[in-house]
Amino acid sequence: MASYLFIVLGAVLVNNVVFVRILGLCPFMGVSKKLETALGMGAATTFVLTLASGTSYVIDSWLLVPNHLEYLRTLSFIVTIAAIVQLTELVIEKTSPLLHQVLGIYLPLITTNCAVLGVPLLNVGMKHNLVESMMFGLGSAVGFTLALVLFAGIRERLEGADVPVHFRGTAIAMITAGLMGLAFMGFAGLDKYK
Amino acid sequence: MNVRELFKFTGGVKPASHKAESNQAAIAVAPLSPVLTVPLRQNAGLASRPLVQAGDKVLKGQIIAGPGGSISVAIHAPTSGTVRGIETHPIPHPSGLLSPCVVIEADGEDRWIEHSAVDPYSLPVDELRMRLRDAGVVGLGGAAFPSFVKTQHSPTQDIETLILNGAECEPFITCDDLLMRTKPDEILDGAAILAHIAGAKRIVVGIEDNKPEAVSAMSTAAAKRSGLPIEVIAVPTRYPAGGEKQLIRVLTGIEIPFGKLGPDYGVQCFNVGTACATARALLSGEPMISRLVTVTGNVERPGNFEVRIGTPISDLLKLAEPKADTDRTLMGGPMMGFALPTLDAPLVKATNCILAGSKAMFPPPGPEMPCIRCGSCARACPMDLQPFEMFWFSRAKILGKAQEYHLFDCIECGCCTYVCPSRIPLVDYFRFAKSEIRAREKENEAADAARLRYEFRLEREEREKQEKAAKLAAKAAETKAKLAAAGDADEKKALIAAAMARTQEPKAEEKPSAE
Amino acid sequence: MAIGSVLLGGALGYASVKFRVEGDPLVEKIDAILPQTQCGQCGFPGCKPYAEAIAKGEADINCCPPGGEEGIRKLADLLGREFKPLSGEHGIEKPKSTAVIDENVCIGCTLCIQACPVDAIVGAAKQMHTVIASQCTGCELCLAPCPVNCIAMVPIPETIDNWKWKYPVFAVRKAA
Repeated sequence: MASYLFIVLGAVLVNNVVFVRILGLCPFMGVSKKLETALGMGAATTFVLTLASGTSYVIDSWLLVPNHLEYLRTLSFIVTIAAIVQLTELVIEKTSPLLHQVLGIYLPLITTNCAVLGVPLLNVGMKHNLVESMMFGLGSAVGFTLALVLFAGIRERLEGADVPVHFRGTAIAMITAGLMGLAFMGFAGLDKYK
Repeated sequence: MNVRELFKFTGGVKPASHKAESNQAAIAVAPLSPVLTVPLRQNAGLASRPLVQAGDKVLKGQIIAGPGGSISVAIHAPTSGTVRGIETHPIPHPSGLLSPCVVIEADGEDRWIEHSAVDPYSLPVDELRMRLRDAGVVGLGGAAFPSFVKTQHSPTQDIETLILNGAECEPFITCDDLLMRTKPDEILDGAAILAHIAGAKRIVVGIEDNKPEAVSAMSTAAAKRSGLPIEVIAVPTRYPAGGEKQLIRVLTGIEIPFGKLGPDYGVQCFNVGTACATARALLSGEPMISRLVTVTGNVERPGNFEVRIGTPISDLLKLAEPKADTDRTLMGGPMMGFALPTLDAPLVKATNCILAGSKAMFPPPGPEMPCIRCGSCARACPMDLQPFEMFWFSRAKILGKAQEYHLFDCIECGCCTYVCPSRIPLVDYFRFAKSEIRAREKENEAADAARLRYEFRLEREEREKQEKAAKLAAKAAETKAKLAAAGDADEKKALIAAAMARTQEPKAEEKPSAE
Repeated sequence: MAIGSVLLGGALGYASVKFRVEGDPLVEKIDAILPQTQCGQCGFPGCKPYAEAIAKGEADINCCPPGGEEGIRKLADLLGREFKPLSGEHGIEKPKSTAVIDENVCIGCTLCIQACPVDAIVGAAKQMHTVIASQCTGCELCLAPCPVNCIAMVPIPETIDNWKWKYPVFAVRKAA
């Protein structure tokens, strides 16, 4: 049981997808202007990523490996993820049209979110079993949401700040992201308890 | 004076009180000015509606304006004389804008209109409330809220306690102090009447402990009285102990949440001056035509004056002989008052203090520095707010966020500005943000009303179209039937001729007007 | 692979039927931001049609002069789009005004009454008309139909009632 906890905690804090693995930066910069949208995006990604980790494990170990079709791995993962994203989009459009409008292009772009493809591939590389895969997916997604929400909170405050003219907008956001990355490096020490 | 447990409000500051300057001299009566300008907008709520015209002769105490709505009171002529007219004139307001005022040229006779006392305990309370309204009684603490509205019975909660606010926490101001020293009996008479109207079962008088003479005068007067239990309590001197919610908390321990008022918790608060004015209005029939005003600050002879409403502030200031280097005049105290844009403005019911200032007395604040988030303002805030957060968003004009930090709980007491090490005028930002939000809400309301009217118009146009179509169809059917019934050609011709004659008709005769 | 694709396609098809969206609550939210002048300066016959066009993505958010920059900012915020300045082709932002009829010149033709989208003009044929100032949205639609040019737009004056506290002026830091 403890090992699952380590997988989740490690994925959330120590090896945060955004700040340590530098994955999924596109929505990280794009959907972090407002706290609400960031939360919505985080929730959507969490749903997709957890589901994608599980299904891709199933496809990989039950379908691809027994048939020696490992070379189809990336392709089949992408198809699975695309389908899950489409499903999520339909659900969101029904339940929260505003969030759907606000997430806009970023919602279908979860498909191409490198974190969503990267995490299943990492699962394969780490030889995780089904539960471990899903835990790792969940942890990574929560880490992504955490990074996104923290960053959105900071950006909302930044809007009221006296930023020098040339640094306004994306520039100061980049600097902030860098500082947050540095801060997350502090969690590296947690590793020794593993 | 009983010993009882007092409660505390958080925050607050202790500025130098500067009360000694003006509380030594006895109350002086200000001489009558030749022209009195009585603004129609004096109380919180709606402005009053003028009832006199240019050239009318009025007597002292005669009603010159009636209540302009449910939260509005009457206004009376402060002296006898002739109405010069209803003119726009500067009023004491931070904007310096003009507002309609009744201008009265005094005839010097100062003749009272007939007035008589009533026995307040023999009349129904609603009648008493209307009398308070018609006597123009408003809160004299500074907000000038109509007192008769505050005594209204709430259907859900009875008033248990009537609190008499004699805290007078703001520096420099001493008019309530002097009033309590000289007229404690009148104040308690008024408080008893207010308690009777509101249905309160006890009266608690809260006075800051830096006014021992007032405390002893009020205690002595209270001890002599029978009837409702009256407690006179000295509260610790700490600004803003005289804030309504703060005083209620100190005296009763009740913390009133956002959006609620004292009466929701069985407490109602009146200023001592208001109580005195109530007694005057009912026990001697004299409406509110004058008030006690402190004139202090950078003047040779600071003191308190009994002044007629409508007296030009410049006339009043002269009585106290301002020093040569006076460069500004404030209405109210240094914490919550505002600089008067012009001294032409008349004195109104809300004017409790005229404070002359100079560069030496109030040195100009240093330049505003960036907020360092030290949290001093949050510690000083008596409403438990986070002024630095509200400032952050108010300054960036992100008003929604400022509101999320409970901007509208702010009582603008000025504690945060007072303690800010970066000399940020926080209250100015909050006032800006508040008035901006209010203006937007008003705009939204107007937009909603416009949408409704537009939708109604579309609906009406659609209905009219349908009605017209239905009418035409009915007519066509009728004509067809007639034509079918009329067998030969002659009758048909006659019908057509009649129809043509009908079409000519409207042109010939005038359409009746809709108005 | 092929079987997988078919299965996934079937699942998606079922979901799209199950989660079909009806109505568009977004239009209401956009409409609530628009100033409701019903002036038609955006090129649509009223605020609601413009709101519908924005929701569908057919119209840009910067076509509403009465809403001004403030309105565009709010729309940009709601829709997560970039703020852009008011497009000049639909008019410029003006101070809030109300229409005032010169009652000496008015001939009582009722054309302005028919033009007013919010019924803020009262009068009858051959009787003098007048504008109910509190209901007037300042849309200027009554100006064009008037045959004798007796309607003028008068900016709303500042009074004690609508006066606002000004933004505190920064004291410029003294150069050391």
